[in-house]
Amino acid sequence: MQDTMQYLFAAYAAIWIILAVYLFSIQSREKKLRDQLQSLRQLLERQTSKR
Amino acid sequence: MQPPKYRHLDTVLGGLLLVSMILALYMAFLGAPRERTMGDLQRIFYFHVPSGMMGLAAFGLNFVASVLFLIRKDRKWDSLALSAAEVGIMFFTIVLVTGPIWAKPAWFVWWTWSPRLTSSLVLWLLYLAYMLIRSYVYDPERRAMMSAVFGIVAFLDAPIVFFSIRWWRDQHPSPMLETGGLSPAMRPAFYICIGAFLLLFVYLMRRRYFLESARQEAERLERMADAVR
Repeated sequence: MQDTMQYLFAAYAAIWIILAVYLFSIQSREKKLRDQLQSLRQLLERQTSKR
Repeated sequence: MQPPKYRHLDTVLGGLLLVSMILALYMAFLGAPRERTMGDLQRIFYFHVPSGMMGLAAFGLNFVASVLFLIRKDRKWDSLALSAAEVGIMFFTIVLVTGPIWAKPAWFVWWTWSPRLTSSLVLWLLYLAYMLIRSYVYDPERRAMMSAVFGIVAFLDAPIVFFSIRWWRDQHPSPMLETGGLSPAMRPAFYICIGAFLLLFVYLMRRRYFLESARQEAERLERMADAVR
């Protein structure tokens, strides 16, 4: 059971990396959707005001 | 992506999550005593086990939401099922990465095809397949229906994961709380870590669910824009 500290460090580093990657993926999808929703609403507004 | 009325709640939840994660880390590294046989390596257990618990809870939620979708045909249950599957995969990824990191110095191998490890890997692969099915079916109604059926079938592996170390001889450590393997001095750290992971589970589920609801809203607006053209 020697040199277990490096395994402990590796495990906790892996946990935070997995979590950070997942949170980043959610955040970037949120941003993309926010922009898409905004442009869709503007498009619909323009279309309805033309009629 | 949450509605404005929930933003205040999310700020509170985010703050609580941050504080509980710092506390969980403190307890795992400094609050809990050093284990006699495994030494500091045992501290992986404080995040590994709660990740497994939350992963199984997420897959259980996927199962319930899938059943409710098939009964009610309401898209909100499909959104919940999808969110739960994705969050569950994330938690099980942590389990499947930290487990071998612990196993290498403890068992001298990264992986062994024991019932617990094999059934956990199969469960993770099943939910990856669930996500793949969703990405390949274009029609939303058909996608929701197919993935609900697949989600129900995939969950059949979850009880096998849970009971494997109780039913069969397994190299994986036995359930410590049930067998009394966790000393009373270690229990506060363990319970605090479970609490922190429960908050993380709720936080991620909310964010992912609101994201999916917003995606459905975008789909609806696209259809409206197409109809107006």
